Amino acid sequence: MANDTKNKVIHAKNLTKCFGTFTAVNGVNFSVSRGECFGLLGPNGAGKTSIASMIFGFSPLTEGKLLVLGQDIETEARKIKAQLGVVAQDDNLDPELTVRENLLVYATYFSIQPATAFQRSADILDFMDLSAKADSVVQELSGGMKRRLTIGRALINQPELLILDEPTTGLDPYARHIVWQRLRQLKEKGTTMLLTTHYLEEASQLCDRLMIINAGSILAEGTPFNLIETHVGQFALELEIEAQWYNKIEQWCSPLLKTSQKIGNTLILFSDQGQALTDKITTFFANNKIIPSYQRLRPTNLEDVFLKLTGKTLDTSDPHETVPTEHGGYQNGNY
Amino acid sequence: MATIKSLLRNMLTKPDINLKLSLNVFSRNLRVFRKTWKANLMFNFLEPMLYLWAMGFGLGVYISQINGLTYLEFLAPALIASSAMFATTYEMTYSSFARMGHEKIFHGIVVTPVSMDDIVFGEILYGTFKGVIYGLVFFLVVIFFGIVKSPLSLMLILPLTLMALIFSNLSLIWTSIAPNYDSFGYFFTLFISPMFLFSGVFFPIESLPIGLQFLPGLTPLYHTVAIIRPLVLGQVAWDLIGHLIWLTVVALITLRIPLIMVKNKLIK
Repeated sequence: MANDTKNKVIHAKNLTKCFGTFTAVNGVNFSVSRGECFGLLGPNGAGKTSIASMIFGFSPLTEGKLLVLGQDIETEARKIKAQLGVVAQDDNLDPELTVRENLLVYATYFSIQPATAFQRSADILDFMDLSAKADSVVQELSGGMKRRLTIGRALINQPELLILDEPTTGLDPYARHIVWQRLRQLKEKGTTMLLTTHYLEEASQLCDRLMIINAGSILAEGTPFNLIETHVGQFALELEIEAQWYNKIEQWCSPLLKTSQKIGNTLILFSDQGQALTDKITTFFANNKIIPSYQRLRPTNLEDVFLKLTGKTLDTSDPHETVPTEHGGYQNGNY
Repeated sequence: MATIKSLLRNMLTKPDINLKLSLNVFSRNLRVFRKTWKANLMFNFLEPMLYLWAMGFGLGVYISQINGLTYLEFLAPALIASSAMFATTYEMTYSSFARMGHEKIFHGIVVTPVSMDDIVFGEILYGTFKGVIYGLVFFLVVIFFGIVKSPLSLMLILPLTLMALIFSNLSLIWTSIAPNYDSFGYFFTLFISPMFLFSGVFFPIESLPIGLQFLPGLTPLYHTVAIIRPLVLGQVAWDLIGHLIWLTVVALITLRIPLIMVKNKLIK
């Protein structure tokens, strides 16, 4: 095995996961380097959680090879898990225990000495701004506090790799920003992170590099900037206009266009030259004596990339969304 | 069918158990128990007390003797075993179901160096421990009523432990296939309650129709009562060994099954 492969924090080759006849993850290849924040971006049911579950050793691989911290997850799960911090999608804290007890009990699973555990839990509570709640029972915490505690708990073993599965799903905007702030601080300290999300703002805020997945396959991979540059350019011009004009507008603007996309009755033109495009379209409207009902020039974002690649928005549910759940996978909540 | 085949195949494999980590899972449950034991212990403790009063003092007045014993002497030692049975069974059904279900406690633990086998084994240890504790608390009541005749009765901890272990295993097997909380009603109505009523706790099994007298012999409760009653009353005989062997063998045979079945339920 090449040294390069060994130095990767995660190295996945032909990673495949099937639940019965449903393929949740379809032969994906990727790797994550030390110190990087790597994002898996995709709609619900894209296979993000399935990939994450295989990495933290919960879900067995159907096919392929997966090295985590240079070791094979299928044979060295215990050793690997000792160096991971995992924040699952649902809070799985001990509801009857206090905030501090949650950390101390969790430390025992890593065989951390009580004195060390006590010190670390104090530091973590401080970092997560939960010191005042140290002796509160978890049931009494707000959703945002529970999330912070779940993330804090994942730090108790000072992990080499932090895996966060939808860390801010279900949080209000304020709580979400607090979590992002903490995650950025961890990133600055050099913590390697794998983050799954369907919030593109989260992905752009935190990820150095990301992978857009849909229906178990990788659609694109790169830095947020690169993905935008490559697939849609810098600007998007949104137009609401009668559909009969679509083709003519595209032809008229084609020298400036990177690509275009129709969604419902909106036409989006993508270009690196925003002002030139606006000028050109104004001329077109003047020539044809038409007035669009809506027109807006804006910078592009990851959602445009996603839209371009899949032809649907991130909010659109995948038809297979519930399948892993029905099969009792990691997200299973219906016992 | 495929499930049964895979179960049989897995029966022969070695579980991935690190005893120290299993004990940490046990300690976690114990820690939660220490917060709620007052309410918990009262409920489970009150019920056999009610039986003792209703049957022992109420009904018992009309019963002169059973096998040369007063009804209270006959009943009270057996309630030690049934008290343990109920404590273990409730813990390993409703409570375990919550931990592996909506509370996702197992999911939280299994991403640490603790394996699923460690977790389930820790559960089994805890279920067994809880049964023994409840049994011993009721033993104190039996002492209080002046029924305990011999210091040999302390040996009841051995059959009590084996029985609680068996009920941990059996309950977790049911929990692993239970789709929801309602399904535990079947477990109690079909298995636990009949066992409680017909395994020699309230009357000797000789009173059952001849053709059905073999049935109690298939239950862990019957064999446990058959050991505990004479121990408490100071009537030790060699045939107790047979019952002890039965309990030991069944405990060992059933131990591997919940480890496999809970894992199959949670990990896909």
